[in-house]
Amino acid sequence: MAKRNLPKKPLTGKRLKNLILNVVKNPFNMIVLVSLVILFCLIVIPLLTMVKTTFVMAQSELRRNPGAHVGQFTLYYWRYMLVSNMSKAVLWEPLLHSLVCGALTTLISVPLGSVLAWLMIRTDIPGKRVLGLLVTVPYMIPSWTKALAWLSVFRNSTSGASGFLEGLGIPVPDWLAYGPIAIVLCMSMHYYAFSYIMVSGALRSINSELEEMGEIQGANKAQILRHITLPLIMPSVLSALVMTISKSIGTYGVAANLGNRIGYFTLATKMRTYIDNGPQGVGYAMSLVLVGLAALIIFGNQKIVGVRKSYATVGGKGGRSTLMPLGGAKVPLMAFLFIFLFLAMVMPFFVLIMETFQVTTGGGYALSNLTLYNWIGTVDQAQKYTNYPGIFRNPEFFSAAWNTVRLSIIASIITAFCGQFLGYISSRGRGRWYGNLTEQIVFIPYLMSGVAFSTMYFSMFSRPHLGGLIPSLYGTFTLIVLTSVVKHFPFASKSGTANMLSISTELEEAADIAGASFWKRMISIIIPLAKNGFISGFMLVFISIAKELDLIIIMMTPTTRNLSFLAFTYSQEALNQMADAISVVILLFILVCYIIAHAFGADLGKSWG
Amino acid sequence: MSRIELKHIDKFYGSNHVLRDINLVIEDGAFMTLLGPSGCGKTTTLRVVSGLEKPQNGIMTIDGVEMINADDAYYAEPSKRGLNLVFQSYALWPHMTVYDNIAFGLKIQKMPKSEIEKRVMDSLKMMRIEIYKDRYPTELSGGQQQRVAIARAVASSPKLLLLDEPLSNLDAKLRIDMRAELQRLHRDLGTTIIYVTHDQTEALTMSTKIALFRAGELNQVATPMELYNNPIDLEAADFIGNPRINFVDGRARLVGGDLVVKSELGDHTFPAAQLTDETIPSGEFDCVLALRPEQIGIATEAVETGIPVSVYANQPAGSETIVTLKAGKDEFLAKQLGQMHYELDQKVWAVIDQDKINVYNKETTRLIKRAV
Repeated sequence: MAKRNLPKKPLTGKRLKNLILNVVKNPFNMIVLVSLVILFCLIVIPLLTMVKTTFVMAQSELRRNPGAHVGQFTLYYWRYMLVSNMSKAVLWEPLLHSLVCGALTTLISVPLGSVLAWLMIRTDIPGKRVLGLLVTVPYMIPSWTKALAWLSVFRNSTSGASGFLEGLGIPVPDWLAYGPIAIVLCMSMHYYAFSYIMVSGALRSINSELEEMGEIQGANKAQILRHITLPLIMPSVLSALVMTISKSIGTYGVAANLGNRIGYFTLATKMRTYIDNGPQGVGYAMSLVLVGLAALIIFGNQKIVGVRKSYATVGGKGGRSTLMPLGGAKVPLMAFLFIFLFLAMVMPFFVLIMETFQVTTGGGYALSNLTLYNWIGTVDQAQKYTNYPGIFRNPEFFSAAWNTVRLSIIASIITAFCGQFLGYISSRGRGRWYGNLTEQIVFIPYLMSGVAFSTMYFSMFSRPHLGGLIPSLYGTFTLIVLTSVVKHFPFASKSGTANMLSISTELEEAADIAGASFWKRMISIIIPLAKNGFISGFMLVFISIAKELDLIIIMMTPTTRNLSFLAFTYSQEALNQMADAISVVILLFILVCYIIAHAFGADLGKSWG
Repeated sequence: MSRIELKHIDKFYGSNHVLRDINLVIEDGAFMTLLGPSGCGKTTTLRVVSGLEKPQNGIMTIDGVEMINADDAYYAEPSKRGLNLVFQSYALWPHMTVYDNIAFGLKIQKMPKSEIEKRVMDSLKMMRIEIYKDRYPTELSGGQQQRVAIARAVASSPKLLLLDEPLSNLDAKLRIDMRAELQRLHRDLGTTIIYVTHDQTEALTMSTKIALFRAGELNQVATPMELYNNPIDLEAADFIGNPRINFVDGRARLVGGDLVVKSELGDHTFPAAQLTDETIPSGEFDCVLALRPEQIGIATEAVETGIPVSVYANQPAGSETIVTLKAGKDEFLAKQLGQMHYELDQKVWAVIDQDKINVYNKETTRLIKRAV
């Protein structure tokens, strides 16, 4: 007998009363209800509002659309973007640039990260502890500081000051200093870490008995790699690939720093121009294109490899893993690693740090060219260069630093708390409608690149709603906090779900039977057990927000700007040494945070920021 | 102590019908075991009784008080049902010491501190784990954790104690110790116990009654020995008993109220008094004879009632010997106490007491002749 064939129960007064009591008396139901309403307001409505904005005539566009009136339905923005004589410059060229940069970045970073992971996990390469740490350092560094580091090495006269190479007398052409090559290389140096983290996780979970079995069957090393190891890690490689391409298409900071000067725009950078200068509707339409692109890539991936993901759990009982001796290949591989680390980390950051002490960039490291001005100088010491004092004497710096710390602390506390909460709902509602719905809504911000997401919030909250009940949040710190919180929901709720799944429901049921109410269960059982997961989730969100640039760049006003934005502005104003100095401060801040996070047992591999 | 009555309980997970019209009465003070293979609904039934699951249909009363009335959408909260549960995973709170684990429920009942201490220590003593009271669950072995879980469940003096496969995570030796322990616990507390297991030995050794489940339905409710001696259908017969029961195909017909059966075991006439209420088809029909291995005697010399068979395999295991016999094309097992030795292919005679044979209707699979 199927359920629907059950005789329908008559709705008596008693039954109705009990049905209502069953729902109302259970605080969990209320919490689910409230959360769904909030998620709906914070994610679904802004998305719909943005979609709507692209179809509604705005005041600022009236002069270009004679006869139209404000609020009228219009296809103007979409036409402007898709089929006008501007559309090549607005959409197709930036889109092509985005795709090319994304594809090339993926092409470099996925193999690079995978090979590094294999070397670190499965071979007997010496010095693993140190190397393993060094390989993940680039990931801790915000991607836009890499762009600054790149500039400090390759900068040429096009941007008014020379970099390290020009200082040595080596001419650097524009096509190398700026544009796609620079963008691709900088992004690769950042996003290879995705592949490294995911593939090394997969490799660690593969029981080496699987490979040994292949050996017993008579397969040689190449055959084992080809037929056993590779297929097993393939799902992780593919998800790393999808993440890399969808992230790199939407990256703003790198593309803006390295592309804008020579007029090389990607979808993300072009979009910001439109948001800033109008027509804004076109900017919003472009961000919808970005969302669609990301959704397409991610769902395409799920359709193609969805089922194979289960490989990741092939663990077997023996966690023992025998390492592959590299033999004669050890020396060349070590050399490769060292050259890689030197080029990707040591040199650019050495140059970046040194540049903060230079009078003229590219002027060499002679004592006469070294100064502490950029750090602690006063305005009258160097009036001919700049109007700004050294960063430690600049109130702007301290206000930005305070904003960074304030934003990171407030937003990450809220995010981590919400994450655990949403995780609780998703984990306890697995397979039920509210659990699935929560997971799906929470996933939406993941589809959006930082710039696209903040654009959405910008368009939603730049004017009051509900007759002033929600005031205009334009230019407020609250809006930046709100944006940072909601954008990090997917990651925070993922870690919250994992945390909550590790707490067996039977522990709660046992308390239920003992007579503990829902709130009592929360306080005595769930919170004590979730504490550690909460702290590590908090630290990872904290770091991610501290280094964030793309997400909040649109919302910055003089009172709310943070360190990343200040560095970006200085760099755009050709105050290179000061931009570098701020980057160095952020680097140190983030490294200290990672060390603290690590002490709390936070796992870098779980942070997908 | 309490009497539980389940009436017409139906439970669905989505479109999956996991409990089908369950009707069960558990008498006051009974040790009722819910037995069946995994996925048959026994744990779900336990969770329905505990209040952790809400069935879509049916009524449940404890001591005449309505706890579930699906028609009125009324479900009493678990804590209002006067019961306690031991989970298969034990579900000990890892952040609390053994003492705190046991005291938690008592604190919630706002018991005075001295009373809590007395109750906790009493239940710790009863389970003989008082020396571990300040340890955390992770610092205990599986058997010790099991004892803590039981101590926690009995500390609140529940009228009804529910146990969900509590011994399945223990090794074989500990399991036998805990079986004895649970039997004594049942007698000392006098509580009604509902015990879920897939292990027939546990069911047969401890229960006062067994409810045998099959695919979400109750198949047979009987005392352990009745269930063993007269399983209600072929599936139940196959499930209960180790080594498994022997099945031999035959042809049967009713002759003057008696059942006449022909098979490789020879010709038998079973008196009408041994037949069940099942309707018996008219004319000749296929039947299955079922016979427990320990009911088959082996004679090395020809005996009058013996069936000539040959020895196919011989497995002495110290305290008993399992012999595989072959009669025509049918093979069956015989279990002999002690250490016997037979040559392979040796000619022997199987001696069978026909009163001990069960006969099933092959088509309906139901029992038509009881063993007495």
